[in-house]
Amino acid sequence: MQTKKTNNLPALSTQIRIETLKGLGKLGFGHVGGSFSVAELLAVLYGKQMRYNPEEPNWPDRDYLVCSKGHAGPAVYAALALSGFFPTDWLLTINTPGTRLPSHCDRLLTPGVDMTTGSLGQGASTAVGIALANRLQGRDSYTYLILGDGEIQEGQVWEAMSMAAQLNLDHLITFVDYNKKQLDGYLCDINNFDNIAERMAAFGLEAVTVDGHDTNAIDRAIDQAKASGRATCIVLDTVKAKDCSFAENVFNNHSVTINEAQLEEGLSFLNAKLKEQVRDDD
Amino acid sequence: MIKLLDKITLDAREVRAGFADTMMELAEKNHKIVYLAADLMGTLGMATFEKTYPERCINTGIAEANMVGMACGMSVAGMVPFVHSFGPFATRRCFDQIYMSGAYAKANVKIIGSDPGVCAAFNGGTHMPFEDAALMTSIPEMTVVEPCDRVQLQNLLPQIADTYGMFYIRLVRKKNPLIYAEDAQFEIGKAARVREGSDVTIIASGIMVEQAILAADALAAEGISARVLDMFTWKPLDEQAILEAAQETGCIVTAENHNILNGLGSAVAGYLARRRPTPVEMVGVNDEFGEVGPESYLRERFDLTADHIIRAAKAAIARK
Repeated sequence: MQTKKTNNLPALSTQIRIETLKGLGKLGFGHVGGSFSVAELLAVLYGKQMRYNPEEPNWPDRDYLVCSKGHAGPAVYAALALSGFFPTDWLLTINTPGTRLPSHCDRLLTPGVDMTTGSLGQGASTAVGIALANRLQGRDSYTYLILGDGEIQEGQVWEAMSMAAQLNLDHLITFVDYNKKQLDGYLCDINNFDNIAERMAAFGLEAVTVDGHDTNAIDRAIDQAKASGRATCIVLDTVKAKDCSFAENVFNNHSVTINEAQLEEGLSFLNAKLKEQVRDDD
Repeated sequence: MIKLLDKITLDAREVRAGFADTMMELAEKNHKIVYLAADLMGTLGMATFEKTYPERCINTGIAEANMVGMACGMSVAGMVPFVHSFGPFATRRCFDQIYMSGAYAKANVKIIGSDPGVCAAFNGGTHMPFEDAALMTSIPEMTVVEPCDRVQLQNLLPQIADTYGMFYIRLVRKKNPLIYAEDAQFEIGKAARVREGSDVTIIASGIMVEQAILAADALAAEGISARVLDMFTWKPLDEQAILEAAQETGCIVTAENHNILNGLGSAVAGYLARRRPTPVEMVGVNDEFGEVGPESYLRERFDLTADHIIRAAKAAIARK
């Protein structure tokens, strides 16, 4: 087993944003909002918590990640590239014909992607199945599931969560990216799903809410989830398009266009932040 | 080798008893096999399986989409899941899950949809799938089979378990005629020729195989020689057998317990239109919803009898 770990998780989250933005910037458009809101989570998973081997992406004893909000694929790809699964150059091919990095996660195309997602809600059930299959086969692997907050409007998510509790899948850790927005606007204006931790707890899961842009808080919550002996949900309080200088404060920032000036401005903001994070670390 | 019984008889065993027996044998040999049901564990007689393999037998409750999604996840992590619900709920209720988490993701799930077409009988139109196979054949890389009796089912199940990929099995659960001898063998994708003939070919599946044989025997008494193909694999279709039938008998009748739109008839006719235009008559449900009643009534109501096949055969021959 080989894992590429780092002590500086905030810096890794910024690197994930930088590489994501480079890829989407080359293309000129993409799902910046939901990719940027999960950067800290992906940094904690790939930088510290997950067990994986980039030389053997299908290693049977690995931890699995199901990014059910499949449109955050670009951020997952950035995390995978930075973790050594494939060269970061690949990120410049996102959504181009014949690419191995499609807009939504595809387990058949991308080394390190464990499940195909894109039709929202479905990753919840497949993650439950993966966690159960690993338990049946005597593996101690963890299955990490990332749901969007808009995504949990899908009834299938709740079917899956109820089953996760029923089966007591203590090696399934679910995250909800609570960035408060879906494609058309704010959840609270469309079909509100607030009090997510309470709802998850009502379905039988151990549930907490943490600051989704605080890598330490996420890391601690995962440690506690692993110690809880129960199926756990960690709600990440996040900001859609967090740290994307030209998109964070835009109302419609689910998928945005990116021109050259914006790309340059966005990268320069993130590079400055990275510099600070690296300096703080020294 | 395909071995027929001398005479079609009512099977002393229900189809589901054979299903449960074979699942027990498969689960003993292959520890990766799991069985999931959505609150219908009893309907396929899986109580012994559940007792023997409690961990590998999962009742998901009434949540078909989650059941199929879980099965897809389980297969991706190395298990071989069989899932069951009634035909409409096993297909149209979770079509997107079968499509994306299943076929698109190249998962390995065996979906059993029971009580096909009029076999839903007293459960009525809500439970009567005339469209389930159409949905399943529309998904790339799905294999779709409809066994006509217990022997055929029990012969196909081990092949299905051993073949990686998504399968849909259209399954009669209860009392059913026995067409084949116990040691008959079948190959997925290869039609079973159950009657030789030169004037017309009847291509049937499921409960319509018996009707096709009865029709062929009645036609023989009138001097008409009818070939009968048991097309138990709807996808991939046995194109070679269809082409030979068109070349050698000059006309075709299809017979299915399903809507003729997008069903077996459409598949056969579509292939022949592209390859060798040939007169085709279709026996099946004429784009209607199901309704409640005993199966005998429903077979008449929806044109699913040997008499309908005989009339269609004569019409097809007249069009040559």
